[in-house]
Amino acid sequence: MSQIHVTATINGDETEFLCDPTETLLDVLRDHLDLTGSKEGCGSGDCGACSIILDGRLVCSCLVLAAEAEGRSVETIEGMAEGDKLHPLQEKFIEHAALQCGICTPGILVAAKNLLERNPNPSEEEVRYWLAGNLCRCTGYDKIIRAVMDTAAEMRGAA
Amino acid sequence: MYAFEFERPSTVADAAKALGEEDAQALGGGQTLIPTLKQRLAMPSKLVSLSGIAEIKGVCKADDGALCVGGGTTHATVASEAKADYPALAALAGNIGDPAVRNRGTIGGSIANNDPAACYPSAVLASGATVVTNKREIAADDYFQGLFETALDEGEIVTEVRFPVPEKASYQKFEQPASRFALVGVFVAKYADGVRVAVTGASESGVFRWSEAEAALSSNFAPEALDGMAPPADGMISDLHGSADYRAHLVGVIARRAVAAAS
Amino acid sequence: MPADGGIGAATPRREDVRFLTGAGNYTDDINMRGQAYVAFLRSDVAHGKLKKVDTGAAAAMPGVIRIFTGEDFEGVGGIPCGWQVTDRHGEPMQEPPQPVLAQGKVRHIGDRIAAVVAESLEQARNAAEAIVVEIEDLPAVVDMKKALEPDATKVHDDLKNNLCYDWVFGSDDAAIEGAFSKAAHVTTLELVNQRLVANPMEPRVAIGDYASHSDESTLYTTSQNPHMIRLLMGAFVLGIPEHKLRVVAPDVGGGFGTKIFHYAEEAFCTFAAKALHRPVKWTSSRSEAFISDAQGRDHVTKIELALDAENNFIGLRTDTLANMGAYLMTVAPAVPTYLHGTLMAGCYRTPAVQVNVRAVFTNTVPVDAYRGAGRPEATYQLERLIDKAARELGADPIALRRQNFVTEFPYTTPVAVQYDTGNYHGTMDVLEKIADIAGFEKRRKDSEARGKLRGFGINCYIEACGLAPSHLVGQLGGRAGFYESATVRVNATGGLVVMTGSHSHGQGHETSFPQVVADMLGIDPSMIELVHGDTSKIPMGMGTYGSRSLSVGGSAIYRATEKIIAKAKKIAAHLMEASEADVELKDGQFSVAGTDKSVAWGDVTLAAYVPHNYPLEDIEPGLEETAFYDPSNFTYPAGAYACEVEVDPDTGKVEIMSFAAADDFGNIINPMIVDGQVHGGIGQGIGQALLENCVYDETGQLLSASFMDYAMPRADDVPFYAVDHSSQTPCTHNPLGVKGCGEAGAIGSPPAVVNAVVDALQSGGHKVDHIDMPVSPARVWAAMNNA
Repeated sequence: MSQIHVTATINGDETEFLCDPTETLLDVLRDHLDLTGSKEGCGSGDCGACSIILDGRLVCSCLVLAAEAEGRSVETIEGMAEGDKLHPLQEKFIEHAALQCGICTPGILVAAKNLLERNPNPSEEEVRYWLAGNLCRCTGYDKIIRAVMDTAAEMRGAA
Repeated sequence: MYAFEFERPSTVADAAKALGEEDAQALGGGQTLIPTLKQRLAMPSKLVSLSGIAEIKGVCKADDGALCVGGGTTHATVASEAKADYPALAALAGNIGDPAVRNRGTIGGSIANNDPAACYPSAVLASGATVVTNKREIAADDYFQGLFETALDEGEIVTEVRFPVPEKASYQKFEQPASRFALVGVFVAKYADGVRVAVTGASESGVFRWSEAEAALSSNFAPEALDGMAPPADGMISDLHGSADYRAHLVGVIARRAVAAAS
Repeated sequence: MPADGGIGAATPRREDVRFLTGAGNYTDDINMRGQAYVAFLRSDVAHGKLKKVDTGAAAAMPGVIRIFTGEDFEGVGGIPCGWQVTDRHGEPMQEPPQPVLAQGKVRHIGDRIAAVVAESLEQARNAAEAIVVEIEDLPAVVDMKKALEPDATKVHDDLKNNLCYDWVFGSDDAAIEGAFSKAAHVTTLELVNQRLVANPMEPRVAIGDYASHSDESTLYTTSQNPHMIRLLMGAFVLGIPEHKLRVVAPDVGGGFGTKIFHYAEEAFCTFAAKALHRPVKWTSSRSEAFISDAQGRDHVTKIELALDAENNFIGLRTDTLANMGAYLMTVAPAVPTYLHGTLMAGCYRTPAVQVNVRAVFTNTVPVDAYRGAGRPEATYQLERLIDKAARELGADPIALRRQNFVTEFPYTTPVAVQYDTGNYHGTMDVLEKIADIAGFEKRRKDSEARGKLRGFGINCYIEACGLAPSHLVGQLGGRAGFYESATVRVNATGGLVVMTGSHSHGQGHETSFPQVVADMLGIDPSMIELVHGDTSKIPMGMGTYGSRSLSVGGSAIYRATEKIIAKAKKIAAHLMEASEADVELKDGQFSVAGTDKSVAWGDVTLAAYVPHNYPLEDIEPGLEETAFYDPSNFTYPAGAYACEVEVDPDTGKVEIMSFAAADDFGNIINPMIVDGQVHGGIGQGIGQALLENCVYDETGQLLSASFMDYAMPRADDVPFYAVDHSSQTPCTHNPLGVKGCGEAGAIGSPPAVVNAVVDALQSGGHKVDHIDMPVSPARVWAAMNNA
């Protein structure tokens, strides 16, 4: 089984890596590139803990073969803040305490960011529906939904 | 996953050639295949990704008015690009799974897999669509052949699905609470020459046409036409999410809702 | 008290930045140089005799380092149980061994047959598949009632039968029979509290490491209580003295009980690392978690309530079968007994209460504590029963509850515990307001106009939290101490490190614990760092479960900080040449009452470590204190919950329209964190009520073995919650007056939801008394059509 050479843009940086055909993008991010913010909660695309943005679209990195990333743009949680400056969603998640154990949080933030880029003014129902692919076992979702809606309102105000 | 080779051709012809190798398998969006491989339930020698083939992606309109969806088109793309021409189909695509699934999963992958609880087969069947492959054209009525079974040959690639656009249509889904696949999904499509009703999620034989409902709706396209009607519970799926009786009952309820919502 | 950041402040959680940026350090994020990977070969049958385990061909496969089987563990201890229940005849429970790897038999789907250690995970999996196993199938014992039949197949051949214990608790037979014989009305209900899978979003992980030069073993593990793992694994399984064994539980992605227990995989990785002189890592897949994490609940109960002619509760008796699964996990025997039977009186002054529990072995995955552990089961039975009684009697469900509330404290129940304080009318008053009960009938009409049936459900819960007190727990069969520890280390320049035996895996301890210390010292909380989760860094502590961290662990921190203050005052008195009795500490300044003399916190801490001018004859240099806190009683949070649902009569689908929770947690340290804990518990409780169900077929195969079939609550399954904890009766026996809030939501919510669904169906003319959880659309539809 020969390894595959892949070049992709990861969080804005052109990155090259070698992977086995069987490795998922999540495997490569975590095990080869030391980007461990994306988590594996189920490995079957049911929990969203591995959510990343691939060419502008939200996907479960556990269901994308790493070889498929060739020539594409990958955004992970590690690229969300600019240096020490947190993304407004990250700020609002702190303000609302919209996380507890933190394991699902990177995936939820990535998913929420993608939502707000598409729909800057989502209703509660739309936020819940969009985030239904991301399981959180700690929060009962209340503060997550509030934080996302609050961020949307603030970002609309700032825009 | 067992070891496999990976290839990402850029044309259908190259993909077909690669799939000619023994135990090679096509990879669409991978939303079903990758979990299957992880569970070691399949051992392909090679995965042939269809994601690099531009010619099987996108939505367009044929001269006869049919809506043509490339086999490699994601659910998200169908949700946005079919909206104007076939809103019921777009709505179905926009409600499959969750955003991540919709961004990867493809129509070709869905109907090639023919999961008995998947949404798309009901749209294809209720629309009397034509499944176009790299080898031939297959009428929807001939295409679906039972649980995870289709008319596709080994290595055959779904390149396009052509949907005749109905006058009115709606897909309504009652979700299985865990998987969010259809516990029962009903697609109702009204054409000039009659109504077609396809049911997914319910039957042990996969998607099926509910002919009694079609007859009733063809003479009166109104929810009331289906009052008191439900298909027989015989042959319906019975599992921890619902009995055969319950599923049969739901088919009637959801079909009425689909008719009421049809536009 | 500082302007903000002290007790009662909604301080933002300081741990959040690392989680929000992907910088959390969870066990699976740790990779050791030269680590090898483990794949377990697990049983695919529920019950069978192991005839052959042939590893020959597998061992020769690429990358395989070594394959372990049960034989390798013959001289090694089994996984111990930490609690012994004594049965109704005074006999100890039947306690079977649990080997690290199966010896002779497999007893549940997922039981461990062999473990392959290889250079890569895929190589380990390939080899595990190549192991040749011959199993002689035995009949699987799945149903509890059948398991107790005289001719039932035995899960453990060496035991008398499948009965772990038959336990009776509370009032004697004469008192109970007296109550029922004079009852004007008796309400009876049979119900199931279904089995659940805890499913923390982080699957379990264990990494064993061994340093031959020092003969030291280290285990990194996803645990709620690293010291308990060190004690159980070191002393009972592997025979490693504690000073040669370090257990680290770094960031842990949720526990909910299922990460309390000591698991065989932890022992295996530690054992294999020493045997191979290589770090050995095991990461559970989600599929593996479904068949190897201890599961929760699984009670079948008949409960009866006797009322007099004035609707006073006069007697209560229960008969419960509790599933233990195939082996006894760490605290499993305590869950249906002391964490369940002792709470059976609820918030009510029923004079006679008797609880009977028979715990049963079956060929299923072991069962142990899951959020609430026993208390959700108790509350669910009692509160469903009271609702049924109210309906039978034509009484208002709130009035019937209020009429029977305990109102005088302390109150000793017939099931042994003493509620120190509470105000059940107070929480109900709050609830009536926040749930807008007065507006319900209008909302019901609106729902009816939309073709929906609307229901209102109420629930009052009480729980015993703050697991401790050791002397009580010891009497009840607990095999460990249940105190908590804290060390407060003040640095020379005034900053503090607080080392706690509690473990935070979502609870926000890194924020709330420093709030306590900051408040006591009058300094900024940013001067305080919390350390937890590493046995090499913290004093011997008992970890986090049973809503105990703040009430027991926080109290230990309080006590240690008191000692710090006492010593600091001595130093300050010396520096100010004043009498110690006159020294006051306020806002981080020591001053002498009635004078303008003062020294700053930093002056005192510096003097402690640079003792040039220092009362060396009276006290030692340095400023570091440790306290072990062991309370005198449990704490008793209580509350009243309300749920409104809409039922679609065509499909049976239930939608939660609103949920309100009024809790009494005593004093509150960080209200924002408390809100989140309650939300999370309610989310899980709604999950139990509507969605989650762990189901085995009659052969012991698990039917709900993935998220495709086990329905987890998702963002669009739940509403916003109205949460209020303003009704506060501070705990009387811990220094913080706190009670604990971690489990309340999961305890209080399921009966409120089911009561609401039954109410909705009744409003539609369906004579439905009860529906077992999960109240799925299919079940609701079946209930409507059978009634």
